[in-house]
Amino acid sequence: MKFAVIVFPGSNCDLDMYHAVKDELGEEAEYVWHDSTDLSKYDGILLPGGFSYGDYLRCGAIAQTSAIMGEVKKAAEAGKPVLGICNGFQILTEAGLLPGVLLRNKNLKFMCHTVGLKVENAHTMFTNQYTQGQEIRIPIAHGEGNYYCDDETYEKLKANNQIVFTYEDDFNGSRNNIAGIINEQGNVLGMMPHPERAVSDLIGGSDGLGLFRSIVKQWRESHVTHA
Amino acid sequence: MSLMLEPNTEQIKEQKIYQQMGLSDAEFEMVETILGRTPNYTETGLFSVMWSEHCSYKNSKPVLAKFPTKAPRVLQGPGEGAGIVDIGDGQAVVFKMESHNHPSAIEPYQGAATGVGGIIRDVFSMGARPIAMLNSLRFGELTTPRVKYLFEEVVAGIAGYGNCIGIPTVGGEVQFDACYEGNPLVNAMCVGLIDHKDIQKGVASGVGNPVMYVGAKTGRDGIHGATFASEELTDASEEKRPAVQVGDPFMEKLLLEACLELVKSDALVGIQDMGAAGLTSSSAEMASKAGSGIEMDLDHVPQREKGMTAYEMMLSESQERMLIVVKKGREPEIVELFEKYGLDAVTVGTVTDDSTLRLVHKGKVVAEVPVDALAEDAPVYHKPSSVPAYFTEYQQLENVEPKVDNYSDALVNLLQQPTIASKEWVYDQYDHQVRTSTVVSPGSDAAVIRVRGTNKGLAMTTDCNSRYIYLDPETGGKIAVAEAARNVVVSGAKPLAITDCLNFGNPEKPEIFWQLEKAADGMSEACTILDAPVIGGNVSLYNETNGTAIYPTPTIGLVGLVEDLKHVTTQDAKKAGDLVYLIGESFTEFGGSELQKMVEGRIFGKAPAIDLVVEAERQQQILSAIRQGLVASAHDVAEGGVAVALAEKAFGKGLGLEVALTGSPTTALFSESQSRFILTVSPENAQSFEETVTGAKKIGTVTGDTNLVIKGEDGTAWINDSVETLRSAWKGAIPCLLKSEA
Repeated sequence: MKFAVIVFPGSNCDLDMYHAVKDELGEEAEYVWHDSTDLSKYDGILLPGGFSYGDYLRCGAIAQTSAIMGEVKKAAEAGKPVLGICNGFQILTEAGLLPGVLLRNKNLKFMCHTVGLKVENAHTMFTNQYTQGQEIRIPIAHGEGNYYCDDETYEKLKANNQIVFTYEDDFNGSRNNIAGIINEQGNVLGMMPHPERAVSDLIGGSDGLGLFRSIVKQWRESHVTHA
Repeated sequence: MSLMLEPNTEQIKEQKIYQQMGLSDAEFEMVETILGRTPNYTETGLFSVMWSEHCSYKNSKPVLAKFPTKAPRVLQGPGEGAGIVDIGDGQAVVFKMESHNHPSAIEPYQGAATGVGGIIRDVFSMGARPIAMLNSLRFGELTTPRVKYLFEEVVAGIAGYGNCIGIPTVGGEVQFDACYEGNPLVNAMCVGLIDHKDIQKGVASGVGNPVMYVGAKTGRDGIHGATFASEELTDASEEKRPAVQVGDPFMEKLLLEACLELVKSDALVGIQDMGAAGLTSSSAEMASKAGSGIEMDLDHVPQREKGMTAYEMMLSESQERMLIVVKKGREPEIVELFEKYGLDAVTVGTVTDDSTLRLVHKGKVVAEVPVDALAEDAPVYHKPSSVPAYFTEYQQLENVEPKVDNYSDALVNLLQQPTIASKEWVYDQYDHQVRTSTVVSPGSDAAVIRVRGTNKGLAMTTDCNSRYIYLDPETGGKIAVAEAARNVVVSGAKPLAITDCLNFGNPEKPEIFWQLEKAADGMSEACTILDAPVIGGNVSLYNETNGTAIYPTPTIGLVGLVEDLKHVTTQDAKKAGDLVYLIGESFTEFGGSELQKMVEGRIFGKAPAIDLVVEAERQQQILSAIRQGLVASAHDVAEGGVAVALAEKAFGKGLGLEVALTGSPTTALFSESQSRFILTVSPENAQSFEETVTGAKKIGTVTGDTNLVIKGEDGTAWINDSVETLRSAWKGAIPCLLKSEA
């Protein structure tokens, strides 16, 4: 399986995403610069964390106007897996691929430590290697990870099982402890925690591997069927 | 347009305008002799900034000459952007620490942020990929609103810059003492990784080669920053706020990526950061190092503001800029490379053969100065030094124990002292994991970063107990280096080299200069015996507020090599049943200790003694035991003594410890004698361990229990407290102080 790691000016978790896929999963990965206009040769699209365009104006607001985002939308429409982590999640909400917004953490500070997450939906292409309700430990590193959406959106997310991960504790103010959500079609996931930082016990845990393995497993199965 | 008319040469001389820029009468005369005429306003500015202490080390050069700087593994010692040490496999580690004290005292967020930005540029201007940041911070007591503000904003500034640029901030130290109230210290360290073949130097060689300006545009910010850094702070310093620069980490991230792409190109001849003294220092130093000259047309300098004068452009310390020299004819590909990142890359001058810095502005030559005069020929002062009265007095005092009534209470109180208390409030704001190579995160003795693609790691730490140095600069200087080395050794690494920030008061005062000399003597001896040469650093003098100096604070940044990642060791006790060993003896040594400060409200007496030969032997034995896989956990004994070290070992995994100590309880528990370590070892390794670490004394075991129990020889429990209670006191202290109303 071949992944594109999208690099915006100011992305800084691109390297981590690249190595998670390449070294820990043994799959292919390539960096794709923000002005590229073709993602057709990739099977999965990864939007890494960081501070695209310095987070100026609003997190993700400038990045979502990049040329590449038109291609990301096309890939999403085509049903390819699109994963946005941290700043990648913020960009996906700004681009309208996922509902809601990310506000500043309730204590107004950047936070970096490992938190407990609950897998709320283990039946997605991103979570099939986890069990429903499983508790996993994944690092967070964000200043603006406080997920907010209106009541109507929240009810819809709940009804469609679009809430994929929740935090065990409320530390950033996110609505109903939401840590990650998926689109209605089930192929675009945005999450604030960093599974690419939890892919090896050497660097503090490997609970994030399941997420990447889920994507690969789903892709393999669908491609065997179609072959 | 600039509304102010610049003074002419006569006015500069008659009205002694050069004095406002920091030049003395004698220095101004030297400039006149060098030029054979009176300098104009721009030229006076060039000299004043290049001859400031910050750029020229004119007061500290004789002291810096004491440091050992060589070893076969040292590829680059002091003098370039950062020092470089070989780590094998064609790779090297690049690091340097630098102070940003005065800007942070005035404008803490930007002061700290640009300190981080500056040190990162020093590392990538060598061609290295920055892989980790550390810092060393000093503030007044956390009781006044002003100190809390400085502390919160400095931490936010470091986080704001480091997090955005995507370099993990993995370690550091924060200490609090009244002497830093008006003059906090903000020292930032950056560690980078490089392949030998990519090492760059700041040289302007090849007559006719173009000099290019890359990165952010030049504004009026930071004019005379280096001069400002070289004077004492006073109540009027607030007016110098315009001398503080403003940082843009996003711009620096772009510049970083562009420059690392650039160093792979054979078109590059030389590269240097426009740091302190901006365009002046980078151009003069690059030409001076290459034995060449540079002619620049300032009309081509990318400018953020209208009507900037030559003086303003040359002295601006706008951030995120680099000066490069490239091969003639290769300019278009350089422009294209920087364009990808949306950055300016503009030819502003040419390398000449006349050893002169010649500046042209609006068609006129506005400055013509020999480059060596700026970069090399600043006067060197051998300042008078005299032994301060307090030192003589303290040396005559007997070592006595501070009075402690209840050992448990004393331990809880010590754990709540901000200098000892958990710094989680600080490092939680730093992204310490980005680049996914952080093997040991903040909170242990040293941080460890893996070297991707190898099985090696780099252990790194910053350290300095300035109270010992105040009481006895020479002994304290030795301790500072030894403790930094201890931190790295207990983490499983062999020390490679150090960088330092010499933060002192006004060197024109003989007692302060004596502190500087003696501390450097002590550091040099420790560096020699512990085999950790000095490969770079900086000097920050004039750290005084309204005439009162800080404690002498020569902060040490030390990097060590972990030969195999399986040697990585942390401080937390790992498993119930493991044996606890103490290495080193506890003497009645409380001068400058945390207990003395807490009980007496001040520090006095002698600093703890240190025998560097004993220190070196213990460090070697412990490293050997770690490499043999005999050590489960390791921690050095520092502030607060054995009791605090034991508590810290218990906190990580919440395991209990039960130990028995000998001698007087206060000394056994809280003395700050040097060269001591606490290790845990599994029973099956005990025999081999004892054979390797010959002085190790078994004092107890890691228990499955939840209490820290410390007993005397007769079995009396001096301390028996729940680890959880101790931990919450330790963990909650700083957040609690920040919330409390002053």
